[in-house]
Amino acid sequence: MSNSAQEIENLISQEYKQGFVTELEVDTFPPGLDEDVIRRLSKVKNEPEFMLEYRLKAFRHWQTMPSPDWAQLNIEPIDYQAISYYSAPKSKKDGPKSLDEVDPELLDTYKKLGIPLDEQERLAGIAVDAVFDSVSVATTFKGKLKDAGVIFCPMSEALNEYPELVKQYLGSVVPVGDNFFAALNSAVFTDGSFVYIPKGVRCPMELSTYFRINAANTGQFERTLIIADEGSHVSYLEGCTAPMRDENQLHAAVVELVALDNATIKYSTVQNWYPGDKDGVGGIYNFVTKRAECRGHNSKVSWTQVETGSAITWKYPSCVLLGDNSIGEFYSVALTNNLQQADTGTKMIHIGKNTRSTIVSKGISAGRAQNTYRGLVKVAKSAENARNHTQCDSLLVGDKCGAHTFPYVEVKQPSAQIEHEATTSKISEDQLFFCQQRGLSAEDAVSMIVNGFCKEVFKELPMEFAVEAQALLGISLEGSVG
Amino acid sequence: MLSIKNLHASVGDKPILKGLTLDIAPGEVHAIMGPNGAGKSTLSHVLSGKSGYTVTEGSVTYNGKDLLDMDPEIRAREGVFLAFQYPVEIPGVSNIYLLKAALNAMRKHKGLPEVDAMDFLTLVKDKVKLLQMDEKFLYRAVNEGFSGGEKKRNEILQAAVLEPNLCILDETDSGLDIDALRIVSEGVNSLRAANRSFLMITHYQRLLDYIKPDVVHVLADGRIVKSGGPELALELEEKGYSWVEGQV
Repeated sequence: MSNSAQEIENLISQEYKQGFVTELEVDTFPPGLDEDVIRRLSKVKNEPEFMLEYRLKAFRHWQTMPSPDWAQLNIEPIDYQAISYYSAPKSKKDGPKSLDEVDPELLDTYKKLGIPLDEQERLAGIAVDAVFDSVSVATTFKGKLKDAGVIFCPMSEALNEYPELVKQYLGSVVPVGDNFFAALNSAVFTDGSFVYIPKGVRCPMELSTYFRINAANTGQFERTLIIADEGSHVSYLEGCTAPMRDENQLHAAVVELVALDNATIKYSTVQNWYPGDKDGVGGIYNFVTKRAECRGHNSKVSWTQVETGSAITWKYPSCVLLGDNSIGEFYSVALTNNLQQADTGTKMIHIGKNTRSTIVSKGISAGRAQNTYRGLVKVAKSAENARNHTQCDSLLVGDKCGAHTFPYVEVKQPSAQIEHEATTSKISEDQLFFCQQRGLSAEDAVSMIVNGFCKEVFKELPMEFAVEAQALLGISLEGSVG
Repeated sequence: MLSIKNLHASVGDKPILKGLTLDIAPGEVHAIMGPNGAGKSTLSHVLSGKSGYTVTEGSVTYNGKDLLDMDPEIRAREGVFLAFQYPVEIPGVSNIYLLKAALNAMRKHKGLPEVDAMDFLTLVKDKVKLLQMDEKFLYRAVNEGFSGGEKKRNEILQAAVLEPNLCILDETDSGLDIDALRIVSEGVNSLRAANRSFLMITHYQRLLDYIKPDVVHVLADGRIVKSGGPELALELEEKGYSWVEGQV
């Protein structure tokens, strides 16, 4: 092997910087799942009756479903009875009324992760909901948001305070029986964020949820629901990390977005779950269902995701473009390293007239990782003049990884215009040598080339997070050259 | 400043350089000419540290240090610059970003702080003017969609910003039309300085009409077979490489 190939090889062995464990007293359910567990869960969370029925219905449906196996993924069978479905820091029992009541150990954890929950320290303009294992531990700037009429709170709180809103929209985009993991989530979800932006309101700050899995042998099943009422606008970001553990942990979230007439939702994700070690031991299984419904005319939903973590990622943030002139966008960077696997992409379902969608997917594969783009563009008969543009680029780092592209297109409306572009390239030794000859280390060179490759997606992220995402890519490739 | 002694290098089992000896003093411009396959590009690659070459014998001393012992990026930071024969494209990375990253890598190596953003902009814009380039170049992705002439000019721009001690020009004249050749040469000439040496590798004498060398060497079969003043290049042009090859 030549030097620079060797160097690329070395750069790929990265260290995970968020892999510490927080020692806390916790309430954890024993592992196992049956109707009693669900009843207990619903009771612990003090949920309204309709929620328990919803969960039980989902659970019964889930039991009839087989685990999906169509993705380009190699998944060890999951023992759902070995997982604990609820874990919460003890101090949280009654819920802290303010940040002062939050366990300092927890605040410290978020501080270490670069997410100070102390509102004074927080970058102006971003409100954070921090979800730790199964519960939300703190939500900042609630008061200021309330003044604007915006509801931003943990899902468990929304179920008690705004049950009608939740009941109206929960499961309306992702029904309980949608798919295996969505059904499981509907049965056992513990917390997540709830957002409601009232008519005509432009949310005064970025909203963000930070998910942290801490406890061992637990799954995280969060549920996020965002409703943008007519003419409103919101930008939302989620971030995720977990400690390093040798066993795989399951994260099966469901995110539902509803955009009514003239509303815009921008949803950005920086996903950095623990990816497992370089031999593929441990890591999070990230099996997520994310879907948006552009229900209203001229509504718009934009998904931007930067996926660098998780042992396995299985997710397809999608847009159902119901309203006439509605717009769906999907910008994605998925980086897999070592033995990570990702099967990710989007679905754009055009139903309304003059609906438009844009897909830009950048897959980066290093080490022995497998990276798959899977996308569906569907144009119904009703979707006159629907348009889609898809661009799908893959970048290979080293020669032991794989990139795969599965674009599906189904068009039933002759006036539709669908475009698809795809490229696959490799970081060449010549590129690397050129950068080194200009004084950059091989590591910095790979990071620079990869960031250049992802530029079109990064420019869609809110500014602070674009910087974070760039740094994250650098870290995720660290050690792949050396 | 550069002293190459009895350098032998091969690619795989195939010996390419077979005992090359060459000394360059500070401020001197040396031209190396020779037929295809003589080892010209191999020499530039071995000096800059490209992988894929094995040095089997000999030494290269640069400013008193063992050049062959350094990683490619260290050689660059120590002031060895290679203007590539085929500059690569880096999609999505702007020229100005690369220039700044490279300059800061050099500064860090010298123990200097990162360049001030305004100072950097002023510096780069001056150099752009010097090379008669459009400022828009700075914001385009490195070499992406550049013409042959633009790529070569871009190489010289990088040299102008990084201010190397030893500048190796690997067939910088190839693929240039007459106007581009003139502009690139003027750029190189403007970089000439008492503490900066040049090693120009070329097939053709015409480059030497624009950049006057102090010494001309003829490389054939991995060795320098003849050295002389600028007049040697003219003689070569007239008599062809078979003339020197016949003398080996």
